[in-house]
Parts: sequence; structure tokens; C-alpha cells
Amino acid sequence: MFSLLIRRVAQMVFVMIGISILVFLIFFATPGADPAARIAGRNASPEVVAEVRKSFGFDKPLPVQYAVMMKRLFVDQDLTSFVNRGEVVVPEIMGAAPVTLSLVLGAAVFWIFGSIAIGLIAAATKDSFLDRLLMVLGLIGISMPVYWLGEIVNLITQSRLHDSWIFSWVPPLGYTPLTEDPWLWFKSLLLPWITLAILYIGLYGRVLRASLVEAGQEDYIRTARSKGLSESRILIRHALRTSLIAFVTLFGLDFGALVGGSALLTEVVFALQGVGRLTYQALLDLDLPVIMATVMYASFFVVFANALVDILYGILDPRVRVA
Amino acid sequence: MASSTPASASPEAKAPLLEVRDLKVSFRTERGLLRAVDGISFRVDTHEIVGVVGESGSGKTVSQMSVMGLVNDPNAVIEGSILYKGRELVGLSQRQLRSVRGNEIAMIFQDPMTALTPVYTIGWQIAEQLRAHNRLSSRGARKRGIELLAEVGIPNPSITFDRYPHQLSGGMRQRAFIAMALSCNPSLLIADEPTTALDVTVQAQILELIKRLRRDFGSSIVLITHDLGVVAEVADRVMVMYAGRIVERGTTREIFTDPWHPYSWGLHDSIPPMEGARPRRLASILGSPPSLLDLPPGCAFSPRCPHRFSRCTEKPALAGTSGHHAACFLSPEQRQQARAARRRPLKEAS
Repeated sequence: MFSLLIRRVAQMVFVMIGISILVFLIFFATPGADPAARIAGRNASPEVVAEVRKSFGFDKPLPVQYAVMMKRLFVDQDLTSFVNRGEVVVPEIMGAAPVTLSLVLGAAVFWIFGSIAIGLIAAATKDSFLDRLLMVLGLIGISMPVYWLGEIVNLITQSRLHDSWIFSWVPPLGYTPLTEDPWLWFKSLLLPWITLAILYIGLYGRVLRASLVEAGQEDYIRTARSKGLSESRILIRHALRTSLIAFVTLFGLDFGALVGGSALLTEVVFALQGVGRLTYQALLDLDLPVIMATVMYASFFVVFANALVDILYGILDPRVRVA
Repeated sequence: MASSTPASASPEAKAPLLEVRDLKVSFRTERGLLRAVDGISFRVDTHEIVGVVGESGSGKTVSQMSVMGLVNDPNAVIEGSILYKGRELVGLSQRQLRSVRGNEIAMIFQDPMTALTPVYTIGWQIAEQLRAHNRLSSRGARKRGIELLAEVGIPNPSITFDRYPHQLSGGMRQRAFIAMALSCNPSLLIADEPTTALDVTVQAQILELIKRLRRDFGSSIVLITHDLGVVAEVADRVMVMYAGRIVERGTTREIFTDPWHPYSWGLHDSIPPMEGARPRRLASILGSPPSLLDLPPGCAFSPRCPHRFSRCTEKPALAGTSGHHAACFLSPEQRQQARAARRRPLKEAS
């Protein structure tokens, strides 16, 4: 188990370096485009372009450029935006990351517990009315676009029913750091959490039900029954335990992508200044240093989440530990 | 229900341990009612090993699964009577059946790789069964689990206790599974093809273990198999099943030296002879088993039977004397003629 951990961390570092090289090459070695002009932004004066060229070392060979870039990103952390003059990129992302992390982690709690509950109930009552109802609700949850759902939630809780007793507690849109006011942090994020989680509850609930039903056909479930165990114990200790492997795989992919910026739509709708929104702004302004830094940040979380999934596999399935 | 003393030592040992009367198991399907088991009756006495022989789809597994109430298909209909120690099992609630399963009647399956949950250790799974039926501390369960593993002949039982199923060889896995099945001292053990997934040398060891179970634990065993060699090796009595019915039953000696039913003859002829001239081709039973949805009106075997005659359009009942019964209309004289006409005389297989 320990060697698996070490191996996985080493792999993770290796993949991260690979991604950074790839991203660097795409941005700075694309033939026919002058990276200095692109970093300087639209309608930049020749002086600015020259300044950029010098500060990024674009007159030097590519490996040196790469080293300079990585040094500015990770060591000096003084990479600055030329579109929004004076904006230092790394602190910008470090400021946005807690917002995104709060949003996605909270939503993940909802979607893990929600979907496990739905999957278990549906599988236990397979082919009953309740099962069908839950699966249809899940499908509806998957089908609702998150920006639309978010706007509807806002419309109801911020405007139409805001003055009624149900939604008078809802704070105005925006983010309050956890360290500043935990209760306000919770209140302002509760609706975004639920909005973001609904899609995943539906998706994961359906996937879990399918894999629980499939596990129900396995010989070891028949064995568990022949041992005289209760149905709930069979479902939770035997079927769920083995079904969680598919669940964890999905979770790793989605969680990494969301923290990396895919929660953009939710962030925009609920006016949360997260990484997704930051990337979106940078893309609009063609702010290359910010885009590059956010891509690196996003890839870090995707790789990290996948490493976490592999370690979880090791915990869930003893057969993986030796491999 | 849970008893700490071995139940087989009770004074009413004369009464059968298990008595099944007119058991019918059917499944509702889109194409009509499929009768997997069509009115079988049999009994298992204490300390007895009963072999159930038949090909795939003959109902041998389904009939034994229904004894444990393990047929949980919502479309299954189970009728008849299953008396275990005088207690009716048909119609019991799942909750009541749970105290029987694993505790009074235990089951061993074909493939110990897939029959054990892959993510838990052997010991965890044995302790789970022990603690489902007994008040036992986890330390007590561990101690008992290691004892059980030692009893079924596993070397280093305390190490194996903490091993996962995939870390053991096939034979060791089956031994561990048998240890789990024995954990609550069941009076009846149903073994569904326990040796089929194992290689030949391991098969012999597992059969030896099964024979020892009766000696050391006093268990009664129902052994489901399609391997006549296995039956000849361990069983006291044999039932031959075909298309959901018992076509012949008797002691192992009777079934092997003097089989009555043409289907049993066919089974015997398909075993390669151990002595004499080697046949150019191994005999097989012509045709294939009938679809259970579309059974012939009379004897289900008649379309494949070389000895059929006009009466075979009626359903034959099991008939015979003192324990040896066959569901066939051939008279004893006709039987002898028909047997003599067949290609080679039968040798006792054991």
C-alpha cells in the first residue's frame, strides 16, 4: 500500500512536468505567432511588446524560455498580466482557488451522499414505483442545464420569494471567506452547492444503481444470502463496497475538472469569483499569462484527483494493492 | 433456533433430516410458465450423503436452492413442502429463513473465486457468518475461524485468516469456503458442484474432505454434480434428474450396478470404460435435452429414448421396491433385454 502511494506521487509529478511542457509549447512555440505580441495583448504599443520580449526571455532558446517561465510561475511568483497592468497572476489564482474549492467540495458532499442514498434505495426497491420515480428524477436532474437552474434558483430566492419566510435567510449573491464568517459562508454557498450537485446526484445515482444491480447477480451475493445475512447488510457491506469502484472513478474525473474551472457556469450565475470565472475573464481579454497559469492550476487538480482515485482503489480493492 | 450442541445427535435421529414432498419450482416467463422442477420428492437422513446427478437445466441446482429459500427471482413460484427437522420451510418469511440459512443449512458453491467477496479477507467473511448467528466477540470469532481453517486442512491457518481470496490457490479457496460453510455447525450441507472448477488432484482432496465432514462433523450432505465419478466416490444414495423430475433413485451401488432408467444407461455409457477394448467413439445420448417451456406430454426423455413404446406418451411415476425407483414403463424383463442389446455391459464405476 505504501509503495503504491510513493509510486503514484512520483507518477503525478512526472505527468505534471509533462503537462507544463506541453502547455508551454502550445503557448510559446506555436509557429507563425509572436508570443510577445500575444502576451502584451491587443493594440499593444511596440515598446510594450519589446518589454515583454525581454522580460520573458523570448530572444533566448526554448528550454531557457521554459525555465524562465516556470521560475516566474512557481519560484518568484511574479508573473504579471499585461492586459490588466500590474495584476500579478499567481496571487490572483490563489485568491480565487478557495472560492472554487469551497463550492466544489461542498457540492461534492451533497452529491456523494445524495447519489449513494438514491442508488441504494433504487437498487433495493428495483423495478418498483419508487425505483422508477427516482430514476426519472435523476434523469431530470441530469437534463437541467446548471446555468438555467441557477438562474431560476436566483429568481426565486433573490427576487420573487425573497421576502417570504422561506427564503428570507438567503444572503445576497457573492462569497464570504470561511475564516471571516463561517455561518455566512455556509448560507451564501448552500444554494450554489445544491444547484451544482443536482446534475451529479442524478448521474451518480443512476450509475450506482446500475452497478449495484449488476453486483446483485454476482456469486458472492448469493453466498452472502446463503450465509443468512440480512438484505441491508448484503446490499451495503457486499454489493455497495464492490460497486464503489466505478463510482470513485467517475468522481475523480468530475471533481478534478470542476475544481480546475469547470464550475464556471455555477460561479458566473452565483457571482462567485472563482477560478472558472477568472479563466473566463482571461479568455475574453486574451490575457495569456493568466490563461497559462489557470491551465496549469486546472491540470494540477485533475492529476491530483486521479492520483487520489488510484489510492482509493487500493483501499477499496485489495487486488489492486499488489499490482 | 440456534443450537450450540450438534443437532444431529438429537434423539429423533430416525426421522429424516430433510423431507421434500412434491416440490415444484416454476418461473413466469414471457413465453408462459417454465417449470424448472416438476414435483420432486426426496429425503435426506442424518449422516447421509445424497448425490443429485443430471445435466445442466435438469433442475438439480434450482431444487436445492429452493430448499434454502435462495430462489429470489420475483417471477419464481415455489409449491410443495420442504420439511427440515419437521419444520416447514416453504412459506417462511425471509427473516425466518435467515436463521436457517448458514446456521442450519449451509451451501458450498462451484467456483470459490467468484463465490467469495473479493474485497474482504477470508477471516472477515468467516467471522461475519459466525457473528450473524452467534453472540461472539470479534476475538472469539477470530479464534473459531482459525480453528475452522485448521480443521479443513489449511496450513498456517492464522496467516490464511488475514488473506484475501485472490491470494489463495483454487483448492485453498474451496477449503476456506467449506470452513465458512461449516462455521455454525450446520446439520445439512448442500454442495453445488464443489469440485467442478478445480483441477483433478485438488478435486480428490476436496472429495476426501467432504467424506471427512460426515465422519468428524456428523453432517448430512447433498452433493449436486454432473460427474458420475464424484457420486460413485462419496454418495450413499443417488437421484438422477432429467427435465425437472427425478427419473431414478436408489443406493449408489444400485444406480451403478443395476440402473433401471434408459437415461441412466445413457449416462453410464458416456463414461469411458476403464478396462476392456477401447471404444472407437464414446457413446452419447442422441438429441438434446428438451426445452422446459415445451416438454413432451408423457415421459420427458421419450423423444431421445431408443426403447420408447406406446405407453411413453403417459407420464411415468417413480416405481420400484425398497428404495430403488425409476420413472419408466419398461418391465424388469424388458429392461434386461434392452440392456443386453446395448453395446457393452456396464462395469461398476467405483
